[in-house]
Amino acid sequence: MNGKYKKVAYYPGCALEGSAHAYSRSTKAVGRKLGLDLVEVENWNCCGAMEVKNIDPKLQTYLSSRVMSIAANEMKFDVVMAPCNGCYHNLKKAEYDLANDPDSVAVVERLSTKAGHETYQAGDIETIHALDWIKHSIGEAGLRERVKNSLAGLKVANYYGCMYTRPRHIFPEKDQGGDSESTLEPHYMDDLLAAAGAEIVAFPLKTACCGGAHTLSDSDTSTKLVINILRAAELNGAEVIATECPTCHSGLEMHQIRAEKRFDIKTSVKIVYFTQLLGLALGLSPRKVGLHENVSDSLPLFKEKGLA
Amino acid sequence: MPIHEKSLIRPENLHSQENLTIDGVDVSGHWSTFIEPRVVTDYNENLEDEIAALPGGEYIHRCWQCGSCTNACPVNAINPDFNPRFWIYLVRLGMEDELLRDKDIIWQCVSCNKCTYVCPRDVAPEGVMKATAHWLELKGHRPKSPSILFDEVFSEQVFATGKIEEGRIIRDFFKRTGQPLMQDWLVEMVKRLLSGLPLKLMMTMGLATLFRPRTRGWGPARAAIEEYVHEKEAEQRRALGLDGSAGDIE
Repeated sequence: MNGKYKKVAYYPGCALEGSAHAYSRSTKAVGRKLGLDLVEVENWNCCGAMEVKNIDPKLQTYLSSRVMSIAANEMKFDVVMAPCNGCYHNLKKAEYDLANDPDSVAVVERLSTKAGHETYQAGDIETIHALDWIKHSIGEAGLRERVKNSLAGLKVANYYGCMYTRPRHIFPEKDQGGDSESTLEPHYMDDLLAAAGAEIVAFPLKTACCGGAHTLSDSDTSTKLVINILRAAELNGAEVIATECPTCHSGLEMHQIRAEKRFDIKTSVKIVYFTQLLGLALGLSPRKVGLHENVSDSLPLFKEKGLA
Repeated sequence: MPIHEKSLIRPENLHSQENLTIDGVDVSGHWSTFIEPRVVTDYNENLEDEIAALPGGEYIHRCWQCGSCTNACPVNAINPDFNPRFWIYLVRLGMEDELLRDKDIIWQCVSCNKCTYVCPRDVAPEGVMKATAHWLELKGHRPKSPSILFDEVFSEQVFATGKIEEGRIIRDFFKRTGQPLMQDWLVEMVKRLLSGLPLKLMMTMGLATLFRPRTRGWGPARAAIEEYVHEKEAEQRRALGLDGSAGDIE
């Protein structure tokens, strides 16, 4: 049990206020149920995502640093939690660049001064993902005690995507042995959902790419990559793919439909945020975890399994 | 797993005659195949420096051609012509004409960073792909790709308000690329989404498209960012030997 994650700054990011509202809703609901406090970063901005990075990587560093600066300097938090892989990745990348690249530090200083807020200094705050947050505050043992509605009998493939583990150098705390996360074979989601009773199926594509960067700009490539993921999950017997990234989640949902419409390839595996599964296991209602806000309609499956 | 790569001999450079006799020996068909000599005379000696001057291309000089990037690449698995190792090779040798043969697919890199993860020399091939795609467009070798148009639509919103609103991004992107918004699969997705939504949430989503989400007091940050963007554009154009004036990324 790590006390410092009991109360953390919460950085939802743009997607969680839009298409991934269900992820935000279920994350908050699970936090409340587990007695963990989330305090939203005041007046936050976009982390820069992949798109601003493509225009200029140092601008993305600045945008992410502003979020960390507010959480650390104005709100005095030691830890900021981002459930979105993109936001999490970008805050980590900004942290790495500001610790190692003097040019990035100079750009961030200049922009922060002109924008009128305190410049973020590397080391001012620790960025964690929603998976780290639950894994290191409650842990598997804590979850097992609190499970009201075991996920027993539900076959789950855990899908982590790209941004949670790559590139390796921006995640210095990973691959450190012991309880640390692995960048090659991430397992935090597997650990948590197994503790909630789910049957975790083998899933070699857990860090494959969904083509999220080109969901709209090169849709055929994205659809082909998503078909691989959906089929691999089904071949391994999964009824549900658990996600922890809004871009992956909506990418899988969108391209599952697009594969049907454009390539006549039908898959029936359901796509659900891991926080929604944890919420159901903790006894929350489908509504409370925002199951109705997903495009992928998993409610009949959960009813059949006695989870809803 | 061995890397299956394309041959450097292109089909159009292979010649064979159906009926050919030389010195009384019949060498028809396969036996008369010869390969046109491949002579490269138009090296662009600045190519590597130009790519290295763009964001992401900084470490291209470290590459020792092991091919791990291509082997790890999911786009290569879909299209064998998508070959980061080969393009890095061409750029480093200055073989611009060869590189231009693939100018319409280089932008398709999905930024999954598998290449950067496996690269033993920290070349960061994902960045090199972005720099190369950017270079092709700055040099006028091809129009802006859908990918960079998407990046621009997205970044403009972030610079303007500090946040994005996804519905607006989708609308603006389809408008800028001249595509109809009513794609069958998007319509189907919205149908399935709305079927489960309560009225209250639908109204919240509707309001978000009318009243754009924005970061309070964003004005000074916006001004600082725009000034920086213009400076950077001018810098890049100078590095590429273009006119030196600021371009319009808007």
